Amino acid sequence: MTSSDADHVGHFSLGRRRFLGFVLAAPTLVAAARVGAGEAEAEVPSNPQVADAYDLNDALTDAARPTANLITVQVNPDGSASFALPRTEVGQGITTAAAMLIAEEMDLPVEKVHVSLADARPELVFNQLTGGSNTLNAMYTPIRVAASIAKGRLLQAAAAELDDVSGTLTAREGLITSTTGAVLPYGDLAQKAAAREDSTVEAQLKPESEFRVVGKPQPRIDALASVTGKKKFTTDLNVPGAKPAMVCRPPTINGSPQAVHNTAEVLEMPGVTDVVPISTGVAVRAETFGQCIDAVNALDVDWGPGPVEGQSDDTVLEELKAATPPMAVPSVPGAKTLDAEFSFAFVNGSALDTNAAIADVRADGAEIWSSVKVPIAAQAEIAKSLGLPQNAVKVHVVDGGGSFGRKLFHDAAAEAAETSKKMGKPVKIMWHRVDDCRQGRVHPMSFSRIRANYGADGVISFEQHHASVRTDFSHGFGEAITNAVSRAPASGPVLSETIFELTQNSPYNFGPSKQLLTETHQSAAENQPRGTFNTSSVRNVYSPNVRCAQELVVDQLAEQLGKDPYEFRREHVKNDKFRTVLDKAAEVGEWGKSLPDGMAQGIAVHTEYKHVTACLVEIDCRPATVNRPIRNGVTGPRVTRGVFVTIPGQVVVNPLGMKAQIEGGFLDGMAQALTASVHLVNGSILEGSWDNFFYARQWNVPFDFEAVILPPDPNDQVSGGGEVGVAPSFAAVACAYARATGSVPTTFPINHNDPLAFDPKPFVPPLPPSPTNGLRYTY
Amino acid sequence: MPEHTFKLNGEQVTVDVQDDERVLWVLRDVLGVTGPKYGCGINVCKACTSHINGKAFNPCSVRVADVSEEDEITTIEGLPDTAGAELHPMQEAWLEYDVAQCGYCQPGQIMAAVAKVRQARAEGHSIREEDLDEIRNICRCGTYFRIREAIRAGEQNM
Repeated sequence: MTSSDADHVGHFSLGRRRFLGFVLAAPTLVAAARVGAGEAEAEVPSNPQVADAYDLNDALTDAARPTANLITVQVNPDGSASFALPRTEVGQGITTAAAMLIAEEMDLPVEKVHVSLADARPELVFNQLTGGSNTLNAMYTPIRVAASIAKGRLLQAAAAELDDVSGTLTAREGLITSTTGAVLPYGDLAQKAAAREDSTVEAQLKPESEFRVVGKPQPRIDALASVTGKKKFTTDLNVPGAKPAMVCRPPTINGSPQAVHNTAEVLEMPGVTDVVPISTGVAVRAETFGQCIDAVNALDVDWGPGPVEGQSDDTVLEELKAATPPMAVPSVPGAKTLDAEFSFAFVNGSALDTNAAIADVRADGAEIWSSVKVPIAAQAEIAKSLGLPQNAVKVHVVDGGGSFGRKLFHDAAAEAAETSKKMGKPVKIMWHRVDDCRQGRVHPMSFSRIRANYGADGVISFEQHHASVRTDFSHGFGEAITNAVSRAPASGPVLSETIFELTQNSPYNFGPSKQLLTETHQSAAENQPRGTFNTSSVRNVYSPNVRCAQELVVDQLAEQLGKDPYEFRREHVKNDKFRTVLDKAAEVGEWGKSLPDGMAQGIAVHTEYKHVTACLVEIDCRPATVNRPIRNGVTGPRVTRGVFVTIPGQVVVNPLGMKAQIEGGFLDGMAQALTASVHLVNGSILEGSWDNFFYARQWNVPFDFEAVILPPDPNDQVSGGGEVGVAPSFAAVACAYARATGSVPTTFPINHNDPLAFDPKPFVPPLPPSPTNGLRYTY
Repeated sequence: MPEHTFKLNGEQVTVDVQDDERVLWVLRDVLGVTGPKYGCGINVCKACTSHINGKAFNPCSVRVADVSEEDEITTIEGLPDTAGAELHPMQEAWLEYDVAQCGYCQPGQIMAAVAKVRQARAEGHSIREEDLDEIRNICRCGTYFRIREAIRAGEQNM
């Protein structure tokens, strides 16, 4: 290795990109790569719409580049490889994808790659954030570099061992074979290939054309653990002394405890060991969670009002409307104007695995276990609140049972740390489902106003003003973005506007186009922790609402101009990739087929996360379907068929995993169109559990769904799959509903303003009593 | 504290807990059997679905005092033994269709699926679309399509 070699990093050399990595001193072979190493600088074009070319993924990847820190692949004496992924697995399949990349470059069976989740590593700064569907985009090359170097070292060690200087040794399935028939398993070389000191090594990555593992459907590496009940989530962990704990919470959002009247009495209850007020409520600790529930409900607490007391769905909507500035484009003489308005309710962002954390806080240090997607932020903030140096707080990242944006924040971990400190004991805090529904983070309510001017020849201008209750980005995602964004064009003064710019664009050529975001609830007081509504970047952030509004208007424009919705889109989309996905969706979904009255198809396109997508759905809005009875459930229109087509970027690491994410994203979008919202009344959320919050259930699921992944675009970057399904599905379902019923919905979900389909659970005591009649419902 | 005894995954177990402790917490917090998950505590999310005497039930909503010495509780951990195999055919089907995403709801989904197939058989038919529509287990990741496919496949080998 000479210094001139280093100058070539990231440049093309003899048709192959060369990358630098490292071998690190360790008892067995450890190869490493810098995260972001060797990647070419992203082109930043000056384009009227930023997200066309430089999107959130670029911003996140660029934010990662200044950090000169390492990920490592270790070869073990049993021939397996270990890798601690500095990201958080919450169901999106990134551990499986990482294992595939390592297996590919090392020529090792996937089952011999062990992927764990790295503890908080503060030196990684921006490079330990799981969000924006960015993991594979940012990690694709570094993981391969480290794995490739590991294989190179194993080959070198084998050559020395076999005294074979022919250069013809081959590695396959964890074995190194010589032309004379000698075979050495990787395990035999793990120590021999180890380095005594760190050194820089050049990696030759396998050409993508030679991939055997990457790009093939690969079942999840944790599938067996999932189906046998062995996969461990936070509340399944057995940390000595960390007894169950829960928090008695206020009736209004972010209210605070003023006085507790019966602490001594509750301490006498079975199993209860501790009762202490904390900033979010009153924490109890007991032998079982069942005892915690009873203790929480027995507490007699005076509550102070929360910051949004007095606010309800209608008052917030008025505020959003008032915050939406007037349209800038005037009516054009001789042209017609189409004005439209849409409102989108708050949506519960809760995962099935409720917020949970284990904390063991001692005088000189603390240990935390939780599924957090920004562990460095959790570590820093918890250390600060405990008065400890950051490196005295260990944050172990645990597999999450879903996230959908919820786990960008470490709400439970902060609570567990505060509780453990006050009790002087380890605790395992779990939020009750009601806590998760009523005090957990939501997708903010928003309002969209659109004006399109059009003439006989087509659309002349398209303008959208979107107003939203603020999305809380204070988890540190903001730092990464704001740092990167100075390199992006048109960076705005406000972070959320920047993210909006980076993620939102129109897929259509509709003449002068303008999109604007305004956020309410942004005062200094509201920007404090617990200062207003609890929001987060719920899966796909702004796009579901913004794009649903646009696509409904596109359908109306098509109708005004006497065009078929599919043909109209074909004519106006910005490029051929959109036409390709539209055509494929129309073909697979049989666009235009004859359907009975009350049924219709809808179609929409979207681009984000390095995907270009189209979604086609078929919906049944006939009374017999809409009104079919389901106990404690909402039925409504049923999407009977869905087709989702994407052209991803560069390479799809695991098509089976990407399809899974598209399926889940589709159902998320469908639910947000039809049934899924929460109702805000006087500072409280009415929904308390899954019998109130109507997320997609089996009785809502289409009978037929197909995800089609077209060949990737080699000129685009690696796509993430976790969020892309949501927005186009939401839009397609809304468009289909409008066509089936002949009436364009303006409120989402469409049933939000119907009479409540449930009786709200009481707010005091905060938790519904645990039922005792379960044996009546056996089957 | 009162003593309670029941069969759990083929073994007689005895616990000292209050009568009104729900079975879910006896399993998870007292016995360390964590396959059944908490998702609501009020019998609506079905993440804790297990079997009592071969039928699906939700231990979050049953007092331990209402379970007798003869009652046999099977959790996901004990399911393979009921088929005398390393994995139950429904678990095999789950692997074949790569159903799980985060995996949190899946033990409950599998236990529900097995009970649903048994129920359909007892009624003299195989699994129909409307039987699948009756499954109430929440999957927030949205694996419902694959669940439907896997149940139909698992049914063939049960």
